[in-house]
This record gives sequence, C-alpha cells and structure tokens, in this order.
Amino acid sequence: MTWDVALILAIDGLANGAVYLLAGLGLVLIFSVTRVVFVPFGDVVAFAALSLAAFETGRTPATIGLVATLASLAVVVEVVSLVRAGELARIPRALVGWGLLPALPCLAAWAISGTAAPAVVRIVVAIALVVPITPLVARVALQPMADASVLVLLIASLALHFLLSGLGLLFFGPEGSRTGPLAEGALTLPGGFPLSAQVMLMIAAALVLSAMFYLLFERTVAGKALRATAVNRVGARLVGIRPARTALLAYTLAGLLAGLIGVLVAPVTTMYYDSGFLIGLKAFVAAIIGGLVSYPLTAVGALAVGAVESFASFWSGAFKDVIVFSLLIPVLMLRSFMARHDEEDAEEIDQ
Amino acid sequence: MSPRQLWLGALVLALAIAPQLLGNFAVSLLNDVGIGALVALGLVLLTGVGGATSFGQAAFVGISAYGTAWLTTAQGASPWLGLLFGLGLTALAALAIGMLTLRLGGHFLPLSTIAWGLSIALLFGNMDSLGRHTGLSNIPPLKLGGWSLADPRSMYYLIWLLLGLAFLFCRNLMASRPGRAIRGLRGGSTLLASVGADAFRVRLTLFVLAALLAGLAGWLYAHMNRFVSPSPFDVRASIEYLLMAVAGGLGQLTGALVGSALVLILKNGLQDVLPLLTQRGGQLEGVVFAILFIVLLQRARSGLMGYATRWWRRRFAAEAAQAVPVTSTAQPLPRRALPARGEAVLSVQGAVKRFGGLVAVNDVSFDVRAGEIVGLIGPNGAGKSTMFNLVTGTLPMTAGRVSFLGQDITGLPQQRIARLGLARTFQHVKLRPHMSLLDNVAMGAHARTGAGLLAAGLRLDRREEAQIMAVARQQLERIGLAGREHELAGSLPLGTQRILEIARALAADPVLLVLDEPAAGLRRKEKQALADLLRRLRDEGVTILIVEHDMDFVMKLVDRLVVMTFGSKLVEGVPAAVRADPQVQAAYLGSSVAVQAGGSS
Repeated sequence: MTWDVALILAIDGLANGAVYLLAGLGLVLIFSVTRVVFVPFGDVVAFAALSLAAFETGRTPATIGLVATLASLAVVVEVVSLVRAGELARIPRALVGWGLLPALPCLAAWAISGTAAPAVVRIVVAIALVVPITPLVARVALQPMADASVLVLLIASLALHFLLSGLGLLFFGPEGSRTGPLAEGALTLPGGFPLSAQVMLMIAAALVLSAMFYLLFERTVAGKALRATAVNRVGARLVGIRPARTALLAYTLAGLLAGLIGVLVAPVTTMYYDSGFLIGLKAFVAAIIGGLVSYPLTAVGALAVGAVESFASFWSGAFKDVIVFSLLIPVLMLRSFMARHDEEDAEEIDQ
Repeated sequence: MSPRQLWLGALVLALAIAPQLLGNFAVSLLNDVGIGALVALGLVLLTGVGGATSFGQAAFVGISAYGTAWLTTAQGASPWLGLLFGLGLTALAALAIGMLTLRLGGHFLPLSTIAWGLSIALLFGNMDSLGRHTGLSNIPPLKLGGWSLADPRSMYYLIWLLLGLAFLFCRNLMASRPGRAIRGLRGGSTLLASVGADAFRVRLTLFVLAALLAGLAGWLYAHMNRFVSPSPFDVRASIEYLLMAVAGGLGQLTGALVGSALVLILKNGLQDVLPLLTQRGGQLEGVVFAILFIVLLQRARSGLMGYATRWWRRRFAAEAAQAVPVTSTAQPLPRRALPARGEAVLSVQGAVKRFGGLVAVNDVSFDVRAGEIVGLIGPNGAGKSTMFNLVTGTLPMTAGRVSFLGQDITGLPQQRIARLGLARTFQHVKLRPHMSLLDNVAMGAHARTGAGLLAAGLRLDRREEAQIMAVARQQLERIGLAGREHELAGSLPLGTQRILEIARALAADPVLLVLDEPAAGLRRKEKQALADLLRRLRDEGVTILIVEHDMDFVMKLVDRLVVMTFGSKLVEGVPAAVRADPQVQAAYLGSSVAVQAGGSS
C-alpha cells in the first residue's frame, strides 16, 4: 500500500466514521435513557434514503403507508391502555399526539410527491417522514415492557428489526435506489487528492450535529432531564421527570438522526430496504466502544470502525464485515473488564 | 403408572407410527421439528437454565453442517466421519468463543453472541471452498450398513431417536451434580464458588453442550436436505431458534420440542395462508413472526410449557406432595478429619484492604480455634463485611496473610478455599428459589463429589448421587426441615431460608462455617432456634465464625468476640469482658456516654 492509497482509504474511513458517529449517538441516546439496544435504528435510516429516492423519481414514498399503519396501531394501543386505566379524558390528547402528529409529515409528503419541489423541501420532508417511526414502534412494542430486563428488551428489539425490515420489503420492494448528490464538486487537497463535497458535507454534518447534541445536553432542561434519566431512572422519577416522556424525546431525537443519516448516505451508496441493518450494526460496535453510555468514546469508536472498515475492504472486500464484527469481541472483553457488574441481578427472561 | 408416564408412552407410540399414517409433506415437517427441537433444547439449557442468552446458535448448526458437507463432498468421506468432524469443529469453535466471551458480564455477553453469530454466517457466504453464497450441494445421504437413509421416512426415525436420546441425556443431567451447578449459575458466580464450583467452567461446559446439540442438528440438516447454503445459519435463524425456546417455555426441557413444533407448524400454516391474502405473502411471514415474538415477550415470557406446568402443578400438587419415603442404603460420603479442639483453624495476620483511598480494613489480626464460636462485631461501617469477604476469598487482600488449617490461603480463588473446608452463608440469601430444598442443599456437597457431565447424562453417577441425596436429607433433618424436601426454596419464609443456607454449607462437611449476619431479619423464636442449632454444631466439632449486628444474639452465643471499628480491631475477648470494655462502649454509644459511665461507677 502506498501513501496515496492510504490517504484515500483514510478519507473514505472518515466519511464512513462520520455516519457511524451520528448513528452511534442515536443508539447511545436511546440506550442510556431506556436501556433498549435499538437494533432497528438502521432500518429507519434506510427508509429515509428510500423516501428521498422516491421523491426524486416522482413516486409517492411507501413510507407514508408505513407511518400511517404504525400510527393507527399506536393510537389503538394508547387508547386501550387509557380506557383500561379509566383516564378517558386524556383520549383526545392521545389521538392528537399519536394519530394526528405523525400524519402531518405524511400529508406533506403526499402533497409534494410528483411535484417538482425544490431539493431542500424534499430532503426536509423525507427526514420528517421517518422521524415518527422510531417513537411509534417504541410505543407499540417496547413501552408495554419498559420495566423488563435489558436482555428481554434486546430480544424484543432484534425482533423489531426483523419486523421493520419485513415491512420495508413489503412497502418498498426489493429494488435498491440511489439519490442524486447533495453537494457537487470537489476540493483538491495539496498533493492533488480530490476531496469530494459530499464527503465534506458528511463530516461537517457529523461535527455540527455532535456540537448541537452537546449543547442540548449541557444547556437545556430537556437535555438535563435525559441525562438525569440515563444516570438514575428512579431518582429522575422522584424529582418529577417522567420516564415515558423522556423516552419519547430520546426516540424522537434518534429518529431525527436516523433521517439525517439516511439523506446523507443515500447519494453515496445504493440503499435497499435492509441496507440499514449493517450501518446500524457498525454504529453499534462504535456505541459499545463507548460502553453504550459515553458520547465522546462513541465518537472515537465510530471513527475507528470507519477506518478499520475502509482499510479492511482494501485487503479483502468480502471479509470487511467479518473483520468489523469480530472486532466487537475484543472490544466487549475490554469493556467488560473495565466495568464492574453487580452479580445480584442475574438476568431472568421467563420470570 | 403415573399420568406422566402414561402421557409419555402415548407420545412415543404416536411418534413411532406417525410416518405410517402421514403424507410425505407432514413427515418432512416433523423432521424439521425434530431438528429445530435439538437446537432449541440447547437454548433452553443455555438460556433458560444457565441464564446466558445466545443470538448465534444457528452459527453452530452451520459450522457442523458445513463441516460435514465439505468433508463428504470435497473429500468424499463417509457421513459418519462427517458427524465426528462436524461435532469436533463445533466443539472447538464453541470452546474458543466461550473462553473469549463467557466472562463477559451483564448484557455484554448476549451482544457478543450477535457479533460472532454474524461473523460466522458471513464467513460461510464468503469462503470459496464453501461455495460462497451458492453453498454446497450433492451431499451424500446417510447409510446405515447397506440401508440408505435418503428417504425422509427413514431419516425421521434417526432424527427422533437422536432427539429422544438428547432429551434423556439432558433430563438425567438436570437431576445430577453438574446439573445442579448449571441450575445454580443464575445465582451468580459467588454462589457457585461458595460450594467449590468454578462458575466459568460450568458455564463453558454448558455452552459447549448447547453448541454440540446445535451441531448434531446441523449434521442431520446437511444430510437430510443434502444441500447447505449460508442463509439458514444467519442471525435471523438464530432468532427463530430463540423464538422456539421462548414460545415453548425456557423453564422446561419439553419447551424446546413444543416450541419447535409450534413455530414450524405455524410457519408452514402461514406459508399456506398468507399468499391467499396478498401477493407478497412470503415477505409477510417474517413480519408475522416478529409480531408474534414481541407479543410473546410482552404477555407470556414463560411460554406454553410454563402455563402447562403451572396448570399441572395445581392439578396434581397433592400427588407430588406425598413423595415416596426414602430408605437410603447409600454408603455415606467420606468425612473430613476435624482438627483437635483448640488447634488454630483460621489465622488472619495484618489484613489490609484499601478501596482506592479508603482503608476499609486496617491491619486486623485474629485467630479462630477449632471447636469455638467466634463473633466478629462492630458498629455500622466498621469493615466487618469486608473482613468477611477477605477471609472467604471473595475480595483480594491489599496486604496481610490468611491461613486456614495451617495452609496459606491468601490470594486463592474462592472455590479453592471452599474446597479446603471453609463453608459460608450469605447476608442476602442466595438460594435458587425454583429448586427444591433437597437440590439446594445437595449443591453444598458439590466439592465432595466428582461426577462429570457425561457420567451424569448417561446415568453412571447413580451411586454417588444416592450418597449426595443421603447427605442432603441428613442436613435437612439436622435443621428440622425433614419431610419438606420437595418444596421450593423460594416458598420458604426468610428465616427458614437462612437456616437452609446453613444446611447447604453443612452439606460440604466444613471445618469452618462462616456466617454473614445469619440473624438479620429473623424473629425472636427463629433466632433462638438458630442459636440452638449453632451450639449443637459446635458440640459436634464444627468451628464457627459469625459476623453479626444483633448484640443480644451474639453475646449469648459466642465463646469469643473480635470487635472492629473504623476498619481496625478494637479489642478481642470473652463476651463479658468485651461488654465491660470502655473502648467498646465508646465505639457503640459515643465517647461521652462511656466517660460518664466510667465516671459514675
């Protein structure tokens, strides 16, 4: 390998790393607040990319049907639980929150599909369209067992991934698509290396969004509530933070991140209904480097995963994923070695 | 004949004549059910009993299937050699993966199974010698003598025979010495170490056993379908096996069979019904399964057999209660030679324990001599529990020495110390609530016996098992719980649970019994009974070290007291002397009280 190749691979790794960083932030956000390892995160990424591609080819994105289905399910679940609890007065609010709110981006998507709406509008609507998916599936599938062990939640979350990718196949079909570039042109680095605007955009997006994340957590009440819930659920509850509410916020923010990632990767890779899984898993490796709780370490992990993947693909394209996932085992060993576990709460699924 | 045996007989008969009555399709389906049940059986053991979840079980099925496929196609070897090769590969892979990952704690272990589950499945799809994504075909059928098993009907008998044997093996295993250790895994490694078992080794053995069951299934799969490709061995397939185990019930071995049947029959039903509803029926199948799994996790985590067992217990509880009276003719297990009264049993010299900057135990020395009860007391935060953990080897010592029966045990792992004859109980009771009293106590005898997994599965351990049971019964009798052997430990009140822990410790035939706050949470009557029991044990020659809060209880019981405060030893002596000591009074009541008391007298 020459230095030229190494530099190209490094830049490639940086671009990949930027994507994993954003996805990793989403995973850590959800895990720290809800203890759910949110495996379906990648599926939402794919749905965003496919929605944008649908707009570009003048079709109505199938995501509308998906969101509508999930929203109606969530409304049913919410109404049933309210009726059971005897809180009939809260039903109208639930209808608005779980039914009407997710319907708004659907309406917008329906309105602009087939029209020559400007690219920015398409992108914004594509993102807005997938944002409700995460909170909706979480409400329907995960919230009823929010108090279960991490392990049960993990199994449920894996099942949820298969549910979403199955729905993805059903709604989007097996065809892949790729969107037009978000940014044209390239910058020539000293030494004659081209750095494409798309890559710069990805890296910039990762930087800006990480900074916004930091500000959100450090400077806003909502962010502090999220942090408090992450540190100690019971304690947060005692000072009046509602876990269901913070969980909803975490899922929504993660959905937003997933949408952004989808739009960012859509021009550089051909996305299929199940392409997100691998993105999610690699981000997940990064998140585990951060112990599923630390944002800065997750960022470091994401860049490492991106670099390993990029260099591994140079040596063996077929085995790059094997290498990345096998990397997880030493990482887990290190983490487990560093973390002290409480022996007392052995996981019990069936009790 | 009990209703249970009747049911079992009917089931075996039905399975034996099934291929004669059913069509080809149904027989193939039953073959799949059998193979699925083998994998699920491993998962029930690993996840349900051992508490370690695997999202990669299908990868082990794949290793064996690809192993035999490669050997029989590329090398032209016999499928029976393929069985050995496949199982050998699986065992090696499981051993390597297990050694790397089974020390992982909490949710890190299941996460790591996703990692290797994915990696192995990806390897199958990317290796040229394994045919990449097209897989390997033309795998030869099995031959038994001159008789070919290419026909699904003849394969059926082989699969179900092996499944039946596997069930029998696992059932035997569960009611044995290694089985009890496996069932104890969920109680944490400290519990196992306290009876002299190494939790990591137990977990590793269990992991390899579960992988071998999957490997057996893989071998059957390869020679039944005579074609292998990567997709039946990926993480999705692993999840399906896990679904089988959860749907059937992780608590019971039969859950594996029931779950496999449930899932595969449903899957087939869906494949018939869904295309009628929509053109994309095949795609909906996964969706329906995922929904089913989530609903199952939300509503019925104990699975179908969990319900069935509860119903069965309600219905036949009366019969189970009147268990057969046991007349044991077993030779008693050899006993340890107890040291002569007054000889030093435990000697702690200059023990120091620091947690970062905090010195929890600071230069504490004391001796415990054979045949006495020594109390270790002190106000809250005095370092008693830390001292306890240093003596039992639960925590490593920063400096100092501990010797037990003249042997230096500083730095030895807990289970080694336990094996030397130091038995302990726990401040927070560590019993297995879903095991019977008898099984819980029998766990204590782990270190005195040696039956391994294979011997237990093949029932070669019966003589030793009878000895263990005799010891366990004897200990239950000793603490006054005779006749209640088959009740579940979880149903006992706390006081009785504490005494049961003592029985478990006694089953190890200890030289020294170390009790961590045995009187905590006990009522007055129970405390009296406990004190009587401990005195009786002392008279029988057992030495006892007791860490306790309850002054009244300790003062009346012990021969000697060691008082700690702020991590250091304050005084040591007989109860009356300690009670009169102004330093002790100051430590417990504050210095002003002690000074006043001293001044007025």
